[in-house]
Amino acid sequence: MTDQAFHRQQAELLPQQPAPATTVGIVGWARTNLFSSWSNSVVTLIAIYILWLVISSFVQWAFIDADVSGTDRFACTSDGACWAWIDQRIQQFLYGFYPAGETWRINIAFVLLFPALAPWMFENVPGARYLRWFSIAYPVIATILLAGGLGLTVVTTDKFGGFMLNLTVGLAGIVLSLPFGIILALGRQSRLPVIRILSIVFIESVRGVPLITLLFVSNIILPIFLPPDVALDSVVRVIVMVTAFASAYMAEVIRGGLQAIPNGQYEAAQAMGLSYWKSMRLIILPQALKISIPGVVNTFIGLFKDTTLVIIIGLFDILGIANAMVSNPDWLGLSSETYVVVALFFFIVCFSMSRYSVHLERKLDTTKR
Amino acid sequence: MSIEETNPSADTGAPIIEIVGLNKWFGPFHVLRDINLSVAPRERIVICGPSGSGKSTLIRCINRLEDHQEGQITVDGTALTHDLKNIDAIRREVGMVFQSFNLFPHLTVLENCTLAPIWVRKTPKAEAEAFAMELLERVKIPEQADKYPGQLSGGQQQRVAIARSLCMRPNIMLFDEPTSALDPEMIKEVLDVMVDLAESGMTMLVVTHEMGFASQVADRVMFMDEGQIVEQNTPDEFFNNPQSDRSKLFLSQILSSH
Ligand SMILES: Nc1ncnc2c1ncn2[C@@H]1O[C@H](COP(=O)(O)OP(=O)(O)OP(=O)(O)O)[C@@H](O)[C@H]1O
Ligand SMILES: [Mg+2]
Repeated sequence: MTDQAFHRQQAELLPQQPAPATTVGIVGWARTNLFSSWSNSVVTLIAIYILWLVISSFVQWAFIDADVSGTDRFACTSDGACWAWIDQRIQQFLYGFYPAGETWRINIAFVLLFPALAPWMFENVPGARYLRWFSIAYPVIATILLAGGLGLTVVTTDKFGGFMLNLTVGLAGIVLSLPFGIILALGRQSRLPVIRILSIVFIESVRGVPLITLLFVSNIILPIFLPPDVALDSVVRVIVMVTAFASAYMAEVIRGGLQAIPNGQYEAAQAMGLSYWKSMRLIILPQALKISIPGVVNTFIGLFKDTTLVIIIGLFDILGIANAMVSNPDWLGLSSETYVVVALFFFIVCFSMSRYSVHLERKLDTTKR
Repeated sequence: MSIEETNPSADTGAPIIEIVGLNKWFGPFHVLRDINLSVAPRERIVICGPSGSGKSTLIRCINRLEDHQEGQITVDGTALTHDLKNIDAIRREVGMVFQSFNLFPHLTVLENCTLAPIWVRKTPKAEAEAFAMELLERVKIPEQADKYPGQLSGGQQQRVAIARSLCMRPNIMLFDEPTSALDPEMIKEVLDVMVDLAESGMTMLVVTHEMGFASQVADRVMFMDEGQIVEQNTPDEFFNNPQSDRSKLFLSQILSSH
């Protein structure tokens, strides 16, 4: 085709027209997705009806018919939920047996968590460079705040409990299991047989055992790796075991991501003279981790919910405290209310992680934009 | 088998690549058999031959993407041994362009180009970016610098891959069938860049079946079969007057398929 013919064709192109009204906006969306056909409309209507039944009866129970004040379950007289316990027990649900006068320390540690996470989670965070230093210091700051020292009253970890315990163990496990998982995944692919075999033995033996069992035996296993007279704090012990457990899963998730990277990427990196570690860090891992995001977040969510297993070694997380309350004569029979609240706490955290992973996947998608 | 070396520009100085008695096996499979090759600086060599004849393996031995079991390879005075320092030195001197581009999809075009200069050559970022933009201009896609590889056409991607290699300021460029993954209408834009590069005096080893390119720029065409260099000659001589039966057969197949 000559240039002239090409230009003539260009000039004859029709101007852009707005899309038909029936395909844009909420109405258009509903029409194309929910009511596109007779059968689709029926399914939509049935689904709406079922949703209505569930939601309306829940709202009736949880809000409209609910009692909210009183000192024991006999104060609750209506058919609906009894929320009277919350006032008395929320402290324990959140902070466990932490001294009441010191709970501000937990609150501060919690608030500081957000600036510590922000520079890693989002782009364009103001002052990100300084915040990153703060993030690195955060584990130390949080430990001092929670456990005491530097002038703060010491609070032993057997006082830790409630949701604060779930968050402490969960976050520590999440932050630690990712790097350990990466190291294990790389170790499993190593050309050095010793490293490869050690990685495989660790991954398979940890993955092959339920976490409960690991927690049970942790007081037998861990001392083997420690000097004789170091007694391991029980919260630290849980964090170690939960991290070990999640790392093994993480390693397999990341190995899947590594295997999805075409050989050509390694070769291009090699041909340009990048060393093994540089090509891993700059080329391979960024891509492998991106592919692995759903699996990694899945592991995080699983890990976070597994923090309820601390009950095994005598710690009372939010679920343990809820269990105790449900069997307390004052509040006997309030299991629905109690577990709804527990579920809500977990849901908020897990759902946030899930949404964040969707956001991250979109942000890292380099095929569009 | 020994073949008379016919190297038109061999008298321009010491060879920049010297391969002596190269043998390589994949397991029991003898993939390269007694290869002897000496490449003069600024020489442009086109390597052709049937599929599986060992063309890729040969050029991949030059930058140690494959290791060899017997023979010596010397690149720009550095002997290719197991010594990682030598391997790194050679990889800095030798650029490579692959059939499947192998751009890094998570980095922008510009980042693809500056990564190795910054991390391997320790070039300051601003300087690396300025040089990368120069090269992107040379391959005629400066406007794509901030896009991701996945948003470019195959021809554009391969031109980025060439620019990316050139950013390391190599003395030697290896091309492994750079146009055979491209749609026909994009082959020319890539070949144009390669012709330009050849005219600038780059030492080039090009595995390709683009015979037009070979006759336009090659100093020497090398024909490989079953892991051996069967014949090498000037493009004119090779295309018009092939010596061996195998190269005659190969040329007739290439010509009939084009
Ligand atoms: N990593 C490997 N392991 C085992 N055999 C291999 C490997 N790579 C290549 N081969 C074999 O070595 C022979 C030469 O391969 P090579 O890729 O060098 O051929 P080629 O001339 O480049 O062919 P093509 O035109 O198809 O690219 C082929 O028979 C191939 O199957
Ligand atoms: Mg090949």
